[in-house]
Amino acid sequence: MASLIETNACDGLLPISVGRAEMAECTAERITSVAPFKGRTRALGTGLKALGLGWPAPGTSQTSKAGSILWTGADQAFLIGADPAGLGASAALTDQSDGWARMRLAGPDAEKVLARLVALDLRTAACPVGEVRRSGLNHMPMVLWRSGEDAFEIFVFRSMAATAVHEMAAAMRAVAARDRFD
Amino acid sequence: MRINCPLCGTRDRREFTYYGASVYADRPAESAGPEAWDDYLHLRDNPAGETTDLWYHELGCAAWIEVTRNTVTHEISGTRLLTAPEKGGAK
Ligand SMILES: [Zn+2]
Repeated sequence: MASLIETNACDGLLPISVGRAEMAECTAERITSVAPFKGRTRALGTGLKALGLGWPAPGTSQTSKAGSILWTGADQAFLIGADPAGLGASAALTDQSDGWARMRLAGPDAEKVLARLVALDLRTAACPVGEVRRSGLNHMPMVLWRSGEDAFEIFVFRSMAATAVHEMAAAMRAVAARDRFD
Repeated sequence: MRINCPLCGTRDRREFTYYGASVYADRPAESAGPEAWDDYLHLRDNPAGETTDLWYHELGCAAWIEVTRNTVTHEISGTRLLTAPEKGGAK
């Protein structure tokens, strides 16, 4: 068998730091897609409760000691970090840990950088800390999770990691250039 | 143009894919006669006034949405999820 090399999605691409924003790859964690079976939402709620979590309302997330759960679409959430073993009877579980490039954008200019690529109102009044959005990072499907006042986690398909970093770096440089005139 | 996704809120039209008249979601029974299938596949109303269309929130939450619009005024008067949430996609 060929000798396989284990790499993270953004190996060789991140971290980058430009002006008042920086982007790094998040520490690799287990990501499980959770899609409730028909009529099993109550049972799923019980299973999540054992993890200190619950089923997240659209656009929201919940975090406990065990991990986090992010709403990621119609009848779908991502369980992050936590072990999904107790949920198998009430939801379809799919291990997607290797399927996503997960990056953290942080800094006072984080919102301004995203404004160049994401057609959403991301001011804290419209997108408070802890909320989640499904939208596009330019043309790439994205999960956006506001993890802090000045910090966002960005998930894109792993195959798009290099494109995402390329476009984010360009946006970071453009915002930094504008900052010099402020 | 912006469409109000019942799950995501108001979003740019480019996040959605258009799928035509909403009757496309009302598939005839397998045992239905050829006339019913011909009607389902090929025949559409062309109203001057209110009509309903299917849109897919492709670059968002992946929900199917029924959009009610007026072909005369171009006003969008409502949107609703085609499937009830938490039913695993079943109607
Ligand atoms: Zn949506």
